Amino acid sequence: MNNDKTTVLQARGLVKRYGHVTALDGADFDLYPGEILAVIGDNGAGKSSLIKALSGALVPDKGTVSLDNKTVNFKSPMDARNAGIETVYQNLAVAPSLDIADNLYLGREQLRPGILGKVFRMLDKKAMHDNARQKLSELGLLTIQNINQAVETLSGGQRQGVAVARSAAFAKHVVIMDEPTAALGVKESRRVLNLIKDVRDRGLSVVLISHNMPHVFEVADRIHIHRLGKRHAVIKPDTHTMSEAVAIMTGAMDPHDHAAGAFAA
Amino acid sequence: MADSSTLQTTQTADHELVAASAGGEVASFEKEKLSLVEKTHRFFHANPTAAPAIVLLLAVIAFSVIIGDRFLHPFNMSLILQQVTIIGILGIAQTLIILTAGIDLSVGAIMVLTSVIMGKMAIDIGLPAEIALLAGIAAGAIAGYINGILVTLFRLPPFIVTLGTWNIFFALNLWYSKSETIRSQAIEQTAPLLHWTGRTVEFFGAKLTYGSLLMVALFALIWYALNWTAWGKHVYATGDDPGAASLAGIRTNRILMSVYIVAGAICAIGAWALIGRIGSVSPQAGMTANLDSITAVVIGGCSLFGGRGSIFGTLIGALVVGVFRNGLALAGVDVLWQEFTVGLLIIVAVGMDQWIRKV
Repeated sequence: MNNDKTTVLQARGLVKRYGHVTALDGADFDLYPGEILAVIGDNGAGKSSLIKALSGALVPDKGTVSLDNKTVNFKSPMDARNAGIETVYQNLAVAPSLDIADNLYLGREQLRPGILGKVFRMLDKKAMHDNARQKLSELGLLTIQNINQAVETLSGGQRQGVAVARSAAFAKHVVIMDEPTAALGVKESRRVLNLIKDVRDRGLSVVLISHNMPHVFEVADRIHIHRLGKRHAVIKPDTHTMSEAVAIMTGAMDPHDHAAGAFAA
Repeated sequence: MADSSTLQTTQTADHELVAASAGGEVASFEKEKLSLVEKTHRFFHANPTAAPAIVLLLAVIAFSVIIGDRFLHPFNMSLILQQVTIIGILGIAQTLIILTAGIDLSVGAIMVLTSVIMGKMAIDIGLPAEIALLAGIAAGAIAGYINGILVTLFRLPPFIVTLGTWNIFFALNLWYSKSETIRSQAIEQTAPLLHWTGRTVEFFGAKLTYGSLLMVALFALIWYALNWTAWGKHVYATGDDPGAASLAGIRTNRILMSVYIVAGAICAIGAWALIGRIGSVSPQAGMTANLDSITAVVIGGCSLFGGRGSIFGTLIGALVVGVFRNGLALAGVDVLWQEFTVGLLIIVAVGMDQWIRKV
């Protein structure tokens, strides 16, 4: 299926069991270049397990994940990051007392060239600050004036902006965003949704996990509906309505019954 | 993308359309008017070392007025520095641990144990003093390693771990030393290097010990490591929010291990300063050093909840305690009031921290 198009990130037959609980039951996943793919599903449908398997936070019992048609075996989030997949976690994974630039570079700090960096392990603070400023301005976040500001002094939307900027700055292929608007107000959500589109327009593929149907339908190019541990259907925002998506997601509607003929897995 | 789609438009919720006309200054800062209290709060939040520095300055001014030249004399100033050397060095170790949201009750016991190891190696076994010194530092690192293993691998709370190892290290120290003191003359004859930290250099009437200079150098070194290396950023991030730090790719257990090992080694350097200061090696020395080091860190503005504080705050904290003790003593105030004042300072410092940490 869909073998005519090249995927950026693909998964086939992922299985993950926790004791008696089956979180992933042969789940498939396809992400194409330069698209925003929303992943929706009821609570317990296994979407967070799917995302964890793709971002290296979970090692599946069975199945394969491939990046650019090459099979990969992520053992940790670091492996996925090194392969060019960045994840914005729901709890943001920022250190509140460190400043914005420190947070952008947390875990991959840049060292000074030459002996200062090699022997004295000295950080290249200037380069990191300059780059951080550039990244934020590229994403239209330059209103954050002081790059030396501690992240805890920022609003929720600004923190989300920092987290998104971090992933966009370092991702080579894929940005995974877990509920990026869940804790935000209306205006802040709008800002973050625009950021997500910006990231896509910069040529990256985005996986968006969200419970917020209006947000999903606004930004997604395709919607992956997860149900009972596997991919249940893939629909498009312009062929289906939100209520149809919810109906498919909850099992109230069979995806094959739809006139638009959704691709059902 | 789908802006042209009619479905799209109908699906965009009404409240969103209203919000769109409300201007887009979401991520900008309003230049609001701040009250004096808020301004003070922001200042201290951005400069955690400012509060102890102000206290130190005020204390020095107050004692200069009350006591006069006797207090301000370079000799007295250098005396204060000598008096805070050991607590200052242990305070460096304690700061590292507290930055990771831990606490180390065993720093004093590690110091005494390693001072005994240095003394026994050099005097009883007759190893060269350099080797004895290195053996002591290695033993300190191993002691820290044991604390680190218990904290990371066994996931025990640092308070309980170091409460246990405090007793264990202290008992080992009594057993190994057989509760006997190694006399100062013996050290002077066979291993004068161990006394180096007690020797002084004259400097405009001030008598600085090499131990004090060693302390200042250690502060500078750890300041560099905390502020100018990735390791330092990771120490702060681990103390701030370990979950977030590990999601950001930091191996937090490794960071914690390294912090405990470095802290143990620094305690052993404290042991060298201790031998220089008291001359002999006594298994009973430094009994109150644990709590004094925590006092210095807390007065220095480090948060006991981790991730917040500066290493020079601890130096200032140690100096605040030193200045108060020295000044009150010179003013002829009973020792019990020195303890009273230090107790008061601790409570005020922690109260300040609680207030400052609020964003």
